[in-house]
Amino acid sequence: MTVGVRHSEMGALLGFAERQLYVYKRYWVWEVVWLFYSIVSVLSIGFLASGLSAVGGASPGFDLHRAQLYLLIGALLWGYLSLVFMEAAYAIAWERWEGTIEYTFMAPVRRTTHLMGICLFAIAYGLARTFIVLLAAIAIFNLDFSHANIPGALVVLAAAIVPLIGLAILASVLPLLSPQKGEQMSFAVQGFLLLVSGVYYPLSVLPVPLQLAGAISPLTYALDGMRRSLLDGAGVGDELPTVGILVAMGALLIPAGILVFSWAEKRAKRLGLLKRSG
Amino acid sequence: MNSPAVELRGVRKAFRRRERESGAHWWKREWKDKVALHELDLTVDKGGVTGILGPNGSGKSTLIRILGTLLTPDVGRAFVFGWDVVADALQVRRHVNRVSVEAAFFKELSPWENMVYAARLYGNTGGTRRRVVEILETLGLPRDVIDQPMKQLSRGQQQKVAIARSFLTAPSLLLMDEPTTGLDPRSKKEVQSVLESLRSQREITVLLCTHDMDEAAAMCDRVLMMDGGRVLADGTPGELSTRYDAPSLEDVFMHLTGKRLEAEEMEEVAP
Repeated sequence: MTVGVRHSEMGALLGFAERQLYVYKRYWVWEVVWLFYSIVSVLSIGFLASGLSAVGGASPGFDLHRAQLYLLIGALLWGYLSLVFMEAAYAIAWERWEGTIEYTFMAPVRRTTHLMGICLFAIAYGLARTFIVLLAAIAIFNLDFSHANIPGALVVLAAAIVPLIGLAILASVLPLLSPQKGEQMSFAVQGFLLLVSGVYYPLSVLPVPLQLAGAISPLTYALDGMRRSLLDGAGVGDELPTVGILVAMGALLIPAGILVFSWAEKRAKRLGLLKRSG
Repeated sequence: MNSPAVELRGVRKAFRRRERESGAHWWKREWKDKVALHELDLTVDKGGVTGILGPNGSGKSTLIRILGTLLTPDVGRAFVFGWDVVADALQVRRHVNRVSVEAAFFKELSPWENMVYAARLYGNTGGTRRRVVEILETLGLPRDVIDQPMKQLSRGQQQKVAIARSFLTAPSLLLMDEPTTGLDPRSKKEVQSVLESLRSQREITVLLCTHDMDEAAAMCDRVLMMDGGRVLADGTPGELSTRYDAPSLEDVFMHLTGKRLEAEEMEEVAP
Protein backbone atom coordinates (compact mmCIF):
# COMPACT_ATOMS: atom_id res chain seq x y z
CA MET A 1 0.00 0.00 0.00
CA THR A 2 1.49 3.37 -1.03
CA VAL A 3 1.77 6.34 1.35
CA GLY A 4 -1.03 8.15 -0.56
CA VAL A 5 -3.38 5.20 -0.29
CA ARG A 6 -2.55 4.73 3.41
CA HIS A 7 -3.28 8.43 3.99
CA SER A 8 -6.59 8.18 2.15
CA GLU A 9 -7.58 5.00 4.06
CA MET A 10 -6.80 6.79 7.33
CA GLY A 11 -8.99 9.72 6.21
CA ALA A 12 -11.80 7.30 5.40
CA LEU A 13 -11.38 5.56 8.78
CA LEU A 14 -11.85 8.91 10.51
CA GLY A 15 -14.69 9.71 8.09
CA PHE A 16 -16.70 6.68 9.26
CA ALA A 17 -16.11 7.55 12.92
CA GLU A 18 -16.95 11.22 12.30
CA ARG A 19 -20.13 10.29 10.43
CA GLN A 20 -21.27 8.20 13.39
CA LEU A 21 -20.59 11.17 15.66
CA TYR A 22 -22.77 13.42 13.46
CA VAL A 23 -25.55 10.82 13.45
CA TYR A 24 -25.45 10.51 17.26
CA LYS A 25 -25.52 14.28 17.63
CA ARG A 26 -28.69 14.43 15.55
CA TYR A 27 -30.28 11.57 17.51
CA TRP A 28 -29.12 12.91 20.90
CA VAL A 29 -32.54 12.49 22.53
CA TRP A 30 -32.41 8.78 21.78
CA GLU A 31 -28.95 8.62 23.28
CA VAL A 32 -30.22 10.23 26.49
CA VAL A 33 -32.98 7.61 26.61
CA TRP A 34 -30.47 4.77 26.08
CA LEU A 35 -28.14 6.22 28.72
CA PHE A 36 -31.03 6.33 31.19
CA TYR A 37 -31.85 2.72 30.31
CA SER A 38 -28.22 1.67 30.84
CA ILE A 39 -28.08 3.39 34.23
CA VAL A 40 -31.30 1.82 35.53
CA SER A 41 -30.27 -1.62 34.20
CA VAL A 42 -26.94 -1.49 36.03
CA LEU A 43 -28.52 -0.11 39.20
CA SER A 44 -31.16 -2.86 39.21
CA ILE A 45 -28.36 -5.46 39.03
CA GLY A 46 -26.66 -3.75 41.99
CA PHE A 47 -29.91 -3.88 43.99
CA LEU A 48 -30.25 -7.56 43.07
CA ALA A 49 -27.24 -8.26 45.33
CA SER A 50 -28.91 -6.30 48.17
CA GLY A 51 -32.11 -8.24 47.54
CA LEU A 52 -30.35 -11.60 47.82
CA SER A 53 -29.54 -11.02 51.48
CA ALA A 54 -32.96 -9.47 52.19
CA VAL A 55 -34.86 -12.54 50.90
CA GLY A 56 -32.58 -14.97 52.73
CA GLY A 57 -30.76 -16.15 49.64
CA ALA A 58 -27.37 -15.37 51.12
CA SER A 59 -25.20 -17.65 53.28
CA PRO A 60 -23.93 -16.48 56.72
CA GLY A 61 -20.57 -15.40 55.27
CA PHE A 62 -22.22 -13.38 52.51
CA ASP A 63 -20.23 -10.23 51.66
CA LEU A 64 -22.77 -7.79 50.25
CA HIS A 65 -20.21 -5.29 48.94
CA ARG A 66 -18.22 -7.99 47.17
CA ALA A 67 -21.38 -9.47 45.67
CA GLN A 68 -22.52 -6.04 44.55
CA LEU A 69 -19.16 -5.30 42.97
CA TYR A 70 -19.08 -8.75 41.33
CA LEU A 71 -22.45 -8.19 39.68
CA LEU A 72 -21.81 -4.53 38.83
CA ILE A 73 -18.51 -5.36 37.11
CA GLY A 74 -20.44 -7.88 35.04
CA ALA A 75 -23.23 -5.40 34.26
CA LEU A 76 -20.87 -2.54 33.40
CA LEU A 77 -18.52 -4.59 31.28
CA TRP A 78 -21.41 -6.34 29.56
CA GLY A 79 -23.03 -2.94 28.86
CA TYR A 80 -19.80 -1.70 27.29
CA LEU A 81 -18.98 -4.83 25.31
CA SER A 82 -22.52 -5.32 24.07
CA LEU A 83 -22.70 -1.69 22.95
CA VAL A 84 -19.51 -2.03 20.90
CA PHE A 85 -20.70 -5.38 19.57
CA MET A 86 -24.10 -4.09 18.48
CA GLU A 87 -22.77 -0.83 17.03
CA ALA A 88 -20.46 -2.75 14.73
CA ALA A 89 -23.04 -5.43 14.09
CA TYR A 90 -25.48 -2.73 13.01
CA ALA A 91 -23.01 -1.06 10.66
CA ILE A 92 -24.66 -2.66 7.63
CA ALA A 93 -28.22 -2.60 8.93
CA TRP A 94 -27.89 1.12 9.62
CA GLU A 95 -26.72 1.82 6.07
CA ARG A 96 -29.71 -0.09 4.75
CA TRP A 97 -32.19 1.87 6.91
CA GLU A 98 -30.74 5.18 5.77
CA GLY A 99 -30.56 4.10 2.12
CA THR A 100 -26.82 4.77 1.89
CA ILE A 101 -25.62 1.17 1.59
CA GLU A 102 -25.00 1.40 -2.16
CA TYR A 103 -23.15 4.68 -1.82
CA THR A 104 -20.89 3.38 0.96
CA PHE A 105 -20.12 0.12 -0.84
CA MET A 106 -19.26 2.05 -4.01
CA ALA A 107 -16.74 4.23 -2.17
CA PRO A 108 -13.06 3.49 -2.88
CA VAL A 109 -12.39 2.24 0.62
CA ARG A 110 -11.18 -1.13 1.85
CA ARG A 111 -13.85 -2.99 3.81
CA THR A 112 -11.40 -3.38 6.71
CA THR A 113 -11.19 0.42 6.91
CA HIS A 114 -14.98 0.70 6.83
CA LEU A 115 -15.48 -1.81 9.64
CA MET A 116 -12.59 -0.52 11.75
CA GLY A 117 -13.93 3.04 11.45
CA ILE A 118 -17.27 1.94 12.84
CA CYS A 119 -15.53 -0.01 15.65
CA LEU A 120 -13.31 2.98 16.47
CA PHE A 121 -16.31 5.18 17.14
CA ALA A 122 -18.17 2.41 18.98
CA ILE A 123 -15.24 1.85 21.35
CA ALA A 124 -14.86 5.56 22.15
CA TYR A 125 -18.60 6.05 22.57
CA GLY A 126 -18.96 2.85 24.63
CA LEU A 127 -16.18 3.94 26.99
CA ALA A 128 -17.74 7.39 27.47
CA ARG A 129 -21.21 6.00 28.16
CA THR A 130 -19.92 3.29 30.51
CA PHE A 131 -17.93 5.88 32.45
CA ILE A 132 -21.12 7.87 33.12
CA VAL A 133 -22.95 4.70 34.22
CA LEU A 134 -19.99 3.81 36.48
CA LEU A 135 -20.19 7.24 38.14
CA ALA A 136 -23.92 6.68 38.82
CA ALA A 137 -23.20 3.23 40.31
CA ILE A 138 -20.42 4.60 42.53
CA ALA A 139 -22.72 7.37 43.76
CA ILE A 140 -25.61 5.00 44.58
CA PHE A 141 -23.74 2.00 46.03
CA ASN A 142 -20.73 3.71 47.56
CA LEU A 143 -18.49 1.16 45.85
CA ASP A 144 -15.21 0.28 47.53
CA PHE A 145 -12.28 0.05 45.12
CA SER A 146 -9.63 0.07 47.87
CA HIS A 147 -8.54 -3.51 46.95
CA ALA A 148 -8.68 -2.85 43.23
CA ASN A 149 -5.71 -2.68 40.91
CA ILE A 150 -6.86 -0.16 38.32
CA PRO A 151 -3.89 -0.53 35.89
CA GLY A 152 -4.49 -4.31 35.82
CA ALA A 153 -8.18 -3.79 35.04
CA LEU A 154 -7.40 -1.23 32.32
CA VAL A 155 -4.93 -3.58 30.62
CA VAL A 156 -7.59 -6.31 30.49
CA LEU A 157 -10.17 -3.82 29.21
CA ALA A 158 -7.83 -2.72 26.42
CA ALA A 159 -6.98 -6.32 25.47
CA ALA A 160 -10.67 -7.25 25.42
CA ILE A 161 -11.25 -4.78 22.61
CA VAL A 162 -9.20 -6.90 20.17
CA PRO A 163 -11.36 -10.07 20.10
CA LEU A 164 -14.47 -7.95 20.52
CA ILE A 165 -13.76 -6.22 17.20
CA GLY A 166 -13.45 -9.65 15.57
CA LEU A 167 -16.75 -10.82 17.05
CA ALA A 168 -18.46 -7.58 16.04
CA ILE A 169 -17.26 -7.90 12.42
CA LEU A 170 -18.56 -11.48 12.36
CA ALA A 171 -21.93 -10.26 13.66
CA SER A 172 -22.07 -7.46 11.06
CA VAL A 173 -22.04 -10.15 8.37
CA LEU A 174 -25.52 -11.32 9.42
CA PRO A 175 -27.50 -8.36 7.95
CA LEU A 176 -25.46 -8.82 4.77
CA LEU A 177 -26.49 -12.48 4.52
CA SER A 178 -30.13 -11.86 5.31
CA PRO A 179 -31.44 -8.31 4.90
CA GLN A 180 -34.74 -9.22 6.57
CA LYS A 181 -33.58 -11.36 9.52
CA GLY A 182 -29.92 -10.43 9.99
CA GLU A 183 -30.50 -7.81 12.66
CA GLN A 184 -32.56 -10.16 14.82
CA MET A 185 -29.86 -12.82 14.43
CA SER A 186 -27.34 -10.34 15.86
CA PHE A 187 -29.53 -10.09 18.98
CA ALA A 188 -29.61 -13.88 19.26
CA VAL A 189 -25.80 -14.06 19.11
CA GLN A 190 -25.53 -11.32 21.72
CA GLY A 191 -28.00 -13.16 24.01
CA PHE A 192 -26.00 -16.38 23.71
CA LEU A 193 -22.79 -14.58 24.66
CA LEU A 194 -24.57 -13.19 27.73
CA LEU A 195 -25.64 -16.70 28.72
CA VAL A 196 -22.27 -18.43 28.42
CA SER A 197 -19.72 -15.74 29.30
CA GLY A 198 -20.21 -15.58 33.07
CA VAL A 199 -21.52 -12.03 33.14
CA TYR A 200 -23.60 -12.46 36.32
CA TYR A 201 -22.46 -15.88 37.62
CA PRO A 202 -19.40 -18.11 37.54
CA LEU A 203 -19.25 -20.55 34.64
CA SER A 204 -19.26 -23.45 37.11
CA VAL A 205 -23.04 -23.10 37.63
CA LEU A 206 -23.68 -23.82 33.93
CA PRO A 207 -24.23 -27.27 32.37
CA VAL A 208 -21.02 -28.67 30.85
CA PRO A 209 -21.88 -27.94 27.18
CA LEU A 210 -22.52 -24.28 28.04
CA GLN A 211 -19.32 -24.18 30.09
CA LEU A 212 -17.45 -25.36 26.99
CA ALA A 213 -19.11 -22.63 24.93
CA GLY A 214 -18.12 -20.14 27.64
CA ALA A 215 -14.52 -21.31 27.45
CA ILE A 216 -14.27 -20.14 23.83
CA SER A 217 -15.99 -16.79 24.47
CA PRO A 218 -13.45 -13.97 24.84
CA LEU A 219 -15.86 -12.17 27.16
CA THR A 220 -15.37 -14.92 29.76
CA TYR A 221 -11.65 -14.09 30.01
CA ALA A 222 -12.28 -10.34 29.96
CA LEU A 223 -14.73 -10.62 32.86
CA ASP A 224 -12.48 -12.98 34.84
CA GLY A 225 -9.55 -10.64 34.43
CA MET A 226 -11.50 -7.52 35.36
CA ARG A 227 -12.90 -9.19 38.48
CA ARG A 228 -9.47 -10.44 39.54
CA SER A 229 -8.08 -6.91 39.29
CA LEU A 230 -11.01 -5.02 40.77
CA LEU A 231 -11.98 -7.49 43.52
CA ASP A 232 -8.67 -9.14 44.39
CA GLY A 233 -6.11 -6.56 43.27
CA ALA A 234 -4.42 -8.57 40.50
CA GLY A 235 -1.78 -6.37 38.86
CA VAL A 236 -0.64 -5.98 35.29
CA GLY A 237 1.87 -8.83 35.66
CA ASP A 238 -0.82 -11.19 36.99
CA GLU A 239 -3.06 -10.33 34.06
CA LEU A 240 -0.52 -11.08 31.34
CA PRO A 241 -1.81 -14.64 30.70
CA THR A 242 -5.37 -13.26 30.30
CA VAL A 243 -4.10 -10.49 28.04
CA GLY A 244 -2.26 -13.11 25.99
CA ILE A 245 -5.41 -15.23 25.60
CA LEU A 246 -7.50 -12.20 24.60
CA VAL A 247 -4.96 -10.94 22.06
CA ALA A 248 -4.54 -14.45 20.62
CA MET A 249 -8.32 -14.79 20.26
CA GLY A 250 -8.42 -11.38 18.55
CA ALA A 251 -5.60 -12.42 16.23
CA LEU A 252 -7.83 -15.27 15.08
CA LEU A 253 -11.20 -13.54 15.17
CA ILE A 254 -10.33 -10.30 13.31
CA PRO A 255 -8.89 -11.97 10.17
CA ALA A 256 -11.67 -14.58 10.33
CA GLY A 257 -14.28 -11.80 10.57
CA ILE A 258 -12.78 -9.93 7.62
CA LEU A 259 -12.59 -13.11 5.52
CA VAL A 260 -16.20 -14.06 6.27
CA PHE A 261 -17.33 -10.48 5.56
CA SER A 262 -15.49 -10.52 2.25
CA TRP A 263 -17.20 -13.80 1.29
CA ALA A 264 -20.61 -12.37 2.33
CA GLU A 265 -20.01 -9.20 0.30
CA LYS A 266 -19.19 -11.25 -2.81
CA ARG A 267 -22.34 -13.31 -2.26
CA ALA A 268 -24.44 -10.15 -1.82
CA LYS A 269 -23.05 -8.77 -5.10
CA ARG A 270 -23.85 -12.01 -6.87
CA LEU A 271 -27.42 -12.15 -5.54
CA GLY A 272 -28.12 -8.42 -5.77
CA LEU A 273 -28.57 -7.88 -2.02
CA LEU A 274 -26.57 -4.66 -1.79
CA LYS A 275 -29.54 -2.36 -2.03
CA ARG A 276 -31.56 -0.30 0.38
CA SER A 277 -34.72 -2.38 0.34
CA GLY A 278 -32.87 -5.66 0.62
CA MET B 1 -5.31 5.66 -19.84
CA ASN B 2 -6.09 4.72 -23.47
CA SER B 3 -8.84 2.26 -22.61
CA PRO B 4 -12.45 3.19 -23.31
CA ALA B 5 -14.46 4.54 -20.39
CA VAL B 6 -16.69 1.45 -20.39
CA GLU B 7 -16.27 -1.90 -22.07
CA LEU B 8 -18.58 -4.90 -21.67
CA ARG B 9 -17.77 -8.28 -23.20
CA GLY B 10 -20.62 -10.77 -23.22
CA VAL B 11 -22.02 -9.66 -19.86
CA ARG B 12 -25.01 -11.62 -18.65
CA LYS B 13 -26.84 -11.22 -15.37
CA ALA B 14 -29.78 -13.18 -14.03
CA PHE B 15 -31.43 -13.24 -10.62
CA ARG B 16 -32.72 -16.41 -8.99
CA ARG B 17 -36.08 -16.36 -7.29
CA ARG B 18 -38.31 -19.02 -5.78
CA GLU B 19 -41.68 -18.81 -7.44
CA ARG B 20 -44.94 -20.73 -7.23
CA GLU B 21 -46.61 -21.81 -10.44
CA SER B 22 -50.17 -20.63 -10.84
CA GLY B 23 -52.44 -23.25 -9.24
CA ALA B 24 -49.58 -25.14 -7.57
CA HIS B 25 -49.65 -26.04 -3.87
CA TRP B 26 -48.51 -23.25 -1.58
CA TRP B 27 -45.40 -25.18 -0.50
CA LYS B 28 -44.36 -26.06 -4.03
CA ARG B 29 -42.02 -23.34 -5.18
CA GLU B 30 -39.28 -23.66 -7.74
CA TRP B 31 -36.14 -21.69 -8.43
CA LYS B 32 -36.40 -19.60 -11.57
CA ASP B 33 -33.88 -17.41 -13.30
CA LYS B 34 -35.00 -13.97 -14.43
CA VAL B 35 -32.53 -12.63 -16.93
CA ALA B 36 -31.83 -8.93 -16.43
CA LEU B 37 -29.06 -8.64 -19.04
CA HIS B 38 -28.50 -10.93 -22.04
CA GLU B 39 -24.92 -11.34 -23.30
CA LEU B 40 -24.23 -7.63 -23.68
CA ASP B 41 -21.29 -6.18 -25.64
CA LEU B 42 -20.80 -2.46 -25.33
CA THR B 43 -18.05 0.12 -25.64
CA VAL B 44 -18.39 3.70 -24.46
CA ASP B 45 -15.53 6.05 -25.30
CA LYS B 46 -14.31 8.70 -22.92
CA GLY B 47 -16.23 11.98 -22.70
CA GLY B 48 -19.79 12.82 -23.65
CA VAL B 49 -23.16 11.74 -22.36
CA THR B 50 -24.48 8.31 -23.30
CA GLY B 51 -28.17 7.87 -22.63
CA ILE B 52 -29.59 4.48 -21.72
CA LEU B 53 -33.29 4.47 -22.44
CA GLY B 54 -35.74 1.80 -21.53
CA PRO B 55 -38.68 0.93 -19.33
CA ASN B 56 -38.44 -0.58 -15.85
CA GLY B 57 -37.04 -4.09 -16.16
CA SER B 58 -35.09 -3.30 -19.33
CA GLY B 59 -31.76 -3.93 -17.56
CA LYS B 60 -30.43 -0.39 -17.39
CA SER B 61 -30.16 -0.25 -13.58
CA THR B 62 -28.51 -3.68 -13.58
CA LEU B 63 -25.96 -2.36 -16.07
CA ILE B 64 -25.31 0.71 -13.90
CA ARG B 65 -24.97 -1.42 -10.76
CA ILE B 66 -22.46 -3.74 -12.47
CA LEU B 67 -20.36 -0.74 -13.51
CA GLY B 68 -20.63 0.61 -9.96
CA THR B 69 -19.23 -2.71 -8.60
CA LEU B 70 -22.48 -3.37 -6.70
CA LEU B 71 -23.29 -6.46 -8.79
CA THR B 72 -21.07 -9.08 -10.36
CA PRO B 73 -21.84 -10.42 -13.85
CA ASP B 74 -22.71 -14.13 -14.06
CA VAL B 75 -20.90 -14.41 -17.38
CA GLY B 76 -18.57 -12.09 -19.27
CA ARG B 77 -16.42 -9.21 -18.10
CA ALA B 78 -16.94 -5.50 -17.60
CA PHE B 79 -14.19 -2.89 -17.57
CA VAL B 80 -14.10 0.75 -16.51
CA PHE B 81 -11.09 2.62 -17.93
CA GLY B 82 -9.50 -0.80 -18.42
CA TRP B 83 -10.05 -1.96 -14.83
CA ASP B 84 -12.08 -5.12 -14.35
CA VAL B 85 -15.13 -4.35 -12.17
CA VAL B 86 -14.71 -7.61 -10.24
CA ALA B 87 -10.95 -8.14 -10.03
CA ASP B 88 -10.01 -4.44 -9.70
CA ALA B 89 -13.13 -3.18 -7.92
CA LEU B 90 -11.22 -0.74 -5.67
CA GLN B 91 -9.51 0.88 -8.69
CA VAL B 92 -12.85 1.15 -10.50
CA ARG B 93 -14.48 2.80 -7.48
CA ARG B 94 -11.77 5.48 -7.41
CA HIS B 95 -12.97 6.69 -10.84
CA VAL B 96 -16.73 6.28 -10.56
CA ASN B 97 -19.56 8.02 -8.77
CA ARG B 98 -23.28 7.58 -9.00
CA VAL B 99 -26.38 9.73 -8.70
CA SER B 100 -29.45 7.55 -8.31
CA VAL B 101 -33.17 8.17 -8.47
CA GLU B 102 -33.33 8.23 -4.65
CA ALA B 103 -30.71 10.59 -3.25
CA ALA B 104 -28.68 8.30 -0.94
CA PHE B 105 -28.03 10.46 2.10
CA PHE B 106 -28.15 10.26 5.85
CA LYS B 107 -31.41 12.19 6.04
CA GLU B 108 -30.85 13.56 9.54
CA LEU B 109 -27.46 14.96 8.55
CA SER B 110 -26.96 18.24 6.70
CA PRO B 111 -25.60 18.57 3.14
CA TRP B 112 -22.32 19.72 4.69
CA GLU B 113 -22.05 16.65 6.96
CA ASN B 114 -22.98 14.29 4.12
CA MET B 115 -20.51 15.90 1.76
CA VAL B 116 -17.60 15.96 4.19
CA TYR B 117 -18.29 12.25 4.75
CA ALA B 118 -18.16 11.66 0.98
CA ALA B 119 -14.99 13.74 0.67
CA ARG B 120 -13.28 11.68 3.39
CA LEU B 121 -14.26 8.40 1.71
CA TYR B 122 -12.78 9.64 -1.56
CA GLY B 123 -9.63 11.03 0.12
CA ASN B 124 -10.46 14.53 -0.98
CA THR B 125 -10.74 16.81 2.04
CA GLY B 126 -8.53 19.86 1.41
CA GLY B 127 -10.57 23.09 1.62
CA THR B 128 -13.79 21.09 1.62
CA ARG B 129 -16.10 23.65 3.26
CA ARG B 130 -15.18 26.36 0.74
CA ARG B 131 -15.59 23.97 -2.19
CA VAL B 132 -18.90 22.63 -0.90
CA VAL B 133 -20.27 26.17 -0.56
CA GLU B 134 -19.00 27.03 -4.05
CA ILE B 135 -20.52 23.96 -5.67
CA LEU B 136 -23.86 24.35 -3.90
CA GLU B 137 -24.04 28.03 -4.85
CA THR B 138 -23.25 27.13 -8.45
CA LEU B 139 -26.22 24.77 -8.29
CA GLY B 140 -28.42 27.60 -7.09
CA LEU B 141 -28.92 26.32 -3.55
CA PRO B 142 -29.28 28.97 -0.85
CA ARG B 143 -26.28 29.22 1.49
CA ASP B 144 -28.37 28.49 4.62
CA VAL B 145 -29.37 25.08 3.22
CA ILE B 146 -25.89 23.71 3.83
CA ASP B 147 -26.44 23.14 7.55
CA GLN B 148 -30.07 22.03 7.49
CA PRO B 149 -30.97 18.32 7.78
CA MET B 150 -31.37 16.75 4.33
CA LYS B 151 -34.91 15.64 5.21
CA GLN B 152 -35.97 19.31 5.25
CA LEU B 153 -34.83 19.86 1.66
CA SER B 154 -37.11 19.38 -1.34
CA ARG B 155 -36.43 16.42 -3.66
CA GLY B 156 -35.06 18.77 -6.26
CA GLN B 157 -32.65 20.28 -3.73
CA GLN B 158 -31.62 16.80 -2.56
CA GLN B 159 -30.84 15.77 -6.14
CA LYS B 160 -28.76 18.90 -6.61
CA VAL B 161 -26.81 18.06 -3.45
CA ALA B 162 -26.35 14.52 -4.83
CA ILE B 163 -24.90 15.94 -8.05
CA ALA B 164 -22.74 18.36 -6.04
CA ARG B 165 -21.48 15.45 -3.97
CA SER B 166 -20.59 13.46 -7.06
CA PHE B 167 -18.60 16.39 -8.45
CA LEU B 168 -16.86 16.95 -5.11
CA THR B 169 -15.31 13.51 -5.52
CA ALA B 170 -14.19 14.36 -9.10
CA PRO B 171 -15.21 11.12 -10.84
CA SER B 172 -14.10 10.32 -14.38
CA LEU B 173 -17.26 8.26 -14.96
CA LEU B 174 -20.57 9.50 -13.60
CA LEU B 175 -23.41 6.99 -13.48
CA MET B 176 -26.73 8.81 -13.39
CA ASP B 177 -29.61 6.46 -12.72
CA GLU B 178 -32.78 8.44 -13.47
CA PRO B 179 -31.61 11.55 -11.61
CA THR B 180 -34.63 13.62 -12.66
CA THR B 181 -37.38 11.01 -12.22
CA GLY B 182 -40.11 12.31 -9.93
CA LEU B 183 -38.91 15.90 -10.00
CA ASP B 184 -41.25 18.74 -10.89
CA PRO B 185 -40.59 20.31 -14.33
CA ARG B 186 -38.74 23.29 -12.89
CA SER B 187 -36.43 21.17 -10.71
CA LYS B 188 -35.89 18.84 -13.64
CA LYS B 189 -34.78 21.73 -15.86
CA GLU B 190 -32.51 23.06 -13.11
CA VAL B 191 -30.84 19.68 -12.56
CA GLN B 192 -30.35 19.28 -16.32
CA SER B 193 -28.79 22.73 -16.69
CA VAL B 194 -26.55 22.06 -13.68
CA LEU B 195 -25.31 18.88 -15.33
CA GLU B 196 -24.68 20.75 -18.59
CA SER B 197 -22.72 23.53 -16.89
CA LEU B 198 -20.70 21.15 -14.73
CA ARG B 199 -19.85 19.02 -17.80
CA SER B 200 -18.38 22.07 -19.46
CA GLN B 201 -16.03 22.58 -16.49
CA ARG B 202 -14.20 19.24 -16.66
CA GLU B 203 -13.89 16.19 -18.86
CA ILE B 204 -16.19 13.49 -17.66
CA THR B 205 -18.01 10.52 -19.14
CA VAL B 206 -21.67 10.33 -18.19
CA LEU B 207 -24.00 7.34 -18.47
CA LEU B 208 -27.52 8.67 -18.07
CA CYS B 209 -30.38 6.22 -17.51
CA THR B 210 -33.72 7.80 -18.15
CA HIS B 211 -37.33 7.23 -19.16
CA ASP B 212 -37.53 10.78 -20.44
CA MET B 213 -37.07 10.85 -24.21
CA ASP B 214 -36.96 14.65 -24.39
CA GLU B 215 -34.23 14.71 -21.75
CA ALA B 216 -32.27 12.10 -23.71
CA ALA B 217 -32.70 13.97 -27.00
CA ALA B 218 -31.55 17.23 -25.41
CA MET B 219 -28.60 15.96 -23.38
CA CYS B 220 -27.18 12.81 -24.92
CA ASP B 221 -24.50 12.51 -27.58
CA ARG B 222 -25.34 8.84 -27.99
CA VAL B 223 -28.43 6.82 -27.10
CA LEU B 224 -28.83 3.11 -26.33
CA MET B 225 -32.38 1.80 -26.32
CA MET B 226 -32.88 -1.23 -24.11
CA ASP B 227 -35.74 -3.60 -23.53
CA GLY B 228 -35.86 -7.02 -21.90
CA GLY B 229 -32.14 -6.94 -21.09
CA ARG B 230 -31.07 -6.32 -24.69
CA VAL B 231 -29.83 -3.28 -26.59
CA LEU B 232 -32.28 -2.69 -29.44
CA ALA B 233 -30.72 0.41 -30.97
CA ASP B 234 -27.54 2.43 -30.65
CA GLY B 235 -26.69 5.79 -32.20
CA THR B 236 -26.98 9.54 -31.86
CA PRO B 237 -30.53 10.84 -31.41
CA GLY B 238 -30.41 12.20 -34.98
CA GLU B 239 -29.11 8.92 -36.44
CA LEU B 240 -31.84 6.91 -34.72
CA SER B 241 -34.55 9.24 -35.98
CA THR B 242 -33.22 8.98 -39.52
CA ARG B 243 -32.60 5.22 -39.36
CA TYR B 244 -36.16 4.44 -38.23
CA ASP B 245 -37.80 7.36 -40.03
CA ALA B 246 -39.28 8.54 -36.74
CA PRO B 247 -39.67 12.18 -35.68
CA SER B 248 -38.81 11.53 -32.00
CA LEU B 249 -37.00 9.01 -29.80
CA GLU B 250 -40.38 7.97 -28.39
CA ASP B 251 -41.42 7.02 -31.93
CA VAL B 252 -38.16 5.12 -32.43
CA PHE B 253 -38.90 3.11 -29.28
CA MET B 254 -42.46 2.51 -30.49
CA HIS B 255 -41.10 1.33 -33.85
CA LEU B 256 -38.67 -1.10 -32.18
CA THR B 257 -40.88 -2.57 -29.48
CA GLY B 258 -44.44 -1.86 -30.52
CA LYS B 259 -45.09 -0.14 -27.19
CA ARG B 260 -44.80 3.32 -25.77
CA LEU B 261 -42.05 3.82 -23.20
CA GLU B 262 -44.06 6.13 -20.95
CA ALA B 263 -46.87 3.57 -20.71
CA GLU B 264 -44.55 0.82 -19.54
CA GLU B 265 -45.08 -0.03 -15.89
CA MET B 266 -43.30 -3.36 -15.76
CA GLU B 267 -41.76 -4.52 -12.52
CA GLU B 268 -38.00 -4.10 -12.12
CA VAL B 269 -36.31 -7.45 -12.70
CA ALA B 270 -33.43 -6.92 -10.33
CA PRO B 271 -34.28 -7.96 -6.74
